[in-house]
Amino acid sequence: MSKLTVQDLEQIKENTQNETSFTDKTYCMICGGTGCHATGSIPIMEALEKEISERGLEEKLQVVETGCNGFCAKGPLLVVQPDGIFYQKLSLEDVPELVDSLMDGGEPPKKFLYKDPVSKKLIPQQDEIPFFANQMPRALRNKGLIDPEKIDHYIATNGYFGAAKALFDMSPDEIVEEVKTSGLRGRGGAGFPTGLKWQFCKGSPGDIKYVLCNADEGDPGAFMDRSILEADPHAVLEGMIIAAKAINAHQGYIYARTEYPLAIRRLALAIEHALEYGLLGDDILGSGFNFNVEIYQGAGAFVCGEETALMRSIEGRRGMPRPRPPFPAVKGLWDRPSVLNNVESFANVPQIIRKGGAWYASVGTDTSKGTKVFAMSGDVNNIGLVEVPMGTGLRELIYDIGGGIPRKKKFKAVQLGGPSGGCVPEQYLDTPVDYEEIAKVGAIMGSGGVIVMDERTCMVDMARFFMDFIQDESCGKCTPCREGTRRLQQTLIKICEGRGEAGDIATMEDLSWVVQESALCGLGQTGPNPVLSTLRYFRDEYEAHIIEKRCPAKRCADLLEFRVEPDECTKCGACFRACPVEAVEWKKKEVARIDIEKCIKCLTCFDKCRFDAIY
Amino acid sequence: MIDTPRPVHPDITDDMWKQVDEIIIARRDIPGSVITVLRECQDVVGYLPVELMDYISGGMILPRSDVFGVASFYALFSMTPKGRHMIKVCMGTACYVKGIKEVLDRIGNEYQVEEGGTTEDRRFSLEAVRCLGACGLAPVVVINQDTHGDVTANKVLDVLQHYE
Repeated sequence: MSKLTVQDLEQIKENTQNETSFTDKTYCMICGGTGCHATGSIPIMEALEKEISERGLEEKLQVVETGCNGFCAKGPLLVVQPDGIFYQKLSLEDVPELVDSLMDGGEPPKKFLYKDPVSKKLIPQQDEIPFFANQMPRALRNKGLIDPEKIDHYIATNGYFGAAKALFDMSPDEIVEEVKTSGLRGRGGAGFPTGLKWQFCKGSPGDIKYVLCNADEGDPGAFMDRSILEADPHAVLEGMIIAAKAINAHQGYIYARTEYPLAIRRLALAIEHALEYGLLGDDILGSGFNFNVEIYQGAGAFVCGEETALMRSIEGRRGMPRPRPPFPAVKGLWDRPSVLNNVESFANVPQIIRKGGAWYASVGTDTSKGTKVFAMSGDVNNIGLVEVPMGTGLRELIYDIGGGIPRKKKFKAVQLGGPSGGCVPEQYLDTPVDYEEIAKVGAIMGSGGVIVMDERTCMVDMARFFMDFIQDESCGKCTPCREGTRRLQQTLIKICEGRGEAGDIATMEDLSWVVQESALCGLGQTGPNPVLSTLRYFRDEYEAHIIEKRCPAKRCADLLEFRVEPDECTKCGACFRACPVEAVEWKKKEVARIDIEKCIKCLTCFDKCRFDAIY
Repeated sequence: MIDTPRPVHPDITDDMWKQVDEIIIARRDIPGSVITVLRECQDVVGYLPVELMDYISGGMILPRSDVFGVASFYALFSMTPKGRHMIKVCMGTACYVKGIKEVLDRIGNEYQVEEGGTTEDRRFSLEAVRCLGACGLAPVVVINQDTHGDVTANKVLDVLQHYE
């Protein structure tokens, strides 16, 4: 393929339009995200293709493997276009029946359809499923609609037209202005205005500059960047080209987590195709502008999500942060001015250029514009990836889109912003998603992880979990983070094991303040957040652990007696059947008894008992 | 060519050494490529014995301390041999909330292996890993390349029996 011009782009768009607007046949869009791969979407796709060719239906049915659909918990997923019918939890045996139903054009078999957990109604149309209906896809606009491994599909959905506009019709200043107008703020967590960041870097002296993409999505419970890379890798490349033009850089790096093999593969393929088409490399689209992108694989260090550490890591060193200033916009990779943005931020840029900053800013709140992708997981019915306008309430997110808490349990708290974030309890559920509003209730927007926790979650144990994580990932360079997080972790372990003492809470609060004020980088400065935010809202749970040696949520094994309360026990035997080590003695119509000698304190019986009869 | 003499190591065959040479030669002139070289060499050998790191430092003309410093910093690199099957237990928040800790403990009990360790017969290595980004399937355990979602301790122990 020879290098393209803008006219060629138009031509490809026209030629491929059928495939992305689904006008010529029925399209089976099979989800090929990591989640669906794990539940077996690849063999299903192969069987479907085989079935179609054996029946000679190629003219009518086309199978396309898309990126992550977002509704991961219902996988393997299939969306049949152009009608947008949503099929869930497919299995290999279903394939012939599936093809039958696709061909006769009637109602799809009920077993494939989504059933609303609240109303118990079947909802065939993807757009009408509450999980999708309340979303506004922008960064994820192409998810499930294109084959991410085909550059033509991306072009057909107006891909690379933003880059073309930036390269031919806009000066670097105009690009920066447009991004500033959009109000786009860093989607990686800190929320720094992207346009301003570009402006600083543009103004920094130096003939060599770099555009860096942070795809080191390390926050546990966040998977939006993986999803974007798997579903629409070209959007990220296009965003980077536009940034490169704005700051006059000719080399870009994408720092990707090695834990995301599929995302890396799709990204590598996207770069290869873009190079073939002359959308990367020298003289892009004949504009005279040169830009190359390389993928750099991380090696498993959470701290490398911090910008200066990430740059150290690309330089082949231990990924440790350094003090700022100088900021990366002045002295970044190899001490050259660099712009570093997160995957989701870059994915928004092409549309901002194409449709204008004002369009992007038309939704959102005063200080937070546009949309944000959230990865919702934990104790919530509809687990998956959702993109909503800024300003959407947390309650709407969890109950309307997320479908509420499963198994009739009570909501306890939602953890926002990953390990550095905080927990938001019931009374603040009406807080809108907005950088400032979320900070006010003691959490952070972060990268957008939303982990819902029901009443069975112990908040002290949760704080300990996050402290384990932060302590383990502390790089050890600065003392407050290295030693402070360890002391916090030790105190939390002590409390969870029933060895808490009066004064522990005050000590932790003091220490947290010191770490916040004196740590070198964001990891340390926000490290004590899990402790502080749980203390803020769930101090009584800490006190119960310390003073009464009791875990109200019944999660801390050392504080449990593993006894059955005869008055509560319904003699159902659920604990008996569930116990992995046969420590429960039970006969029909008799109260169960736990043999402490045999018990391994795995808590399985606590989970199985629906009557709260074990304490 | 690489001037450093090849050390003798029971876990590294001649063929592996040849691949290691190729990796080093392809990368040694690119600044900052030591992480990539270590990763690729680890893929060949299975882990990074001290002798191999020494050899890489010779080949890349980097101080041994630099190579060791990088290898010891990143979680991806291991300096001890791994088992035939790698069990990765996701310790992401979503998996934690959904009870992955019990799964980890039960595997450890069943096969007498600690987190980060390898069974004596080198059948399994057990690792507690960072969020795998498959939170929709939580709790998640990855055995070799196979992702198992929505697991319970019993389910995992059943599955593990199939890996010899």
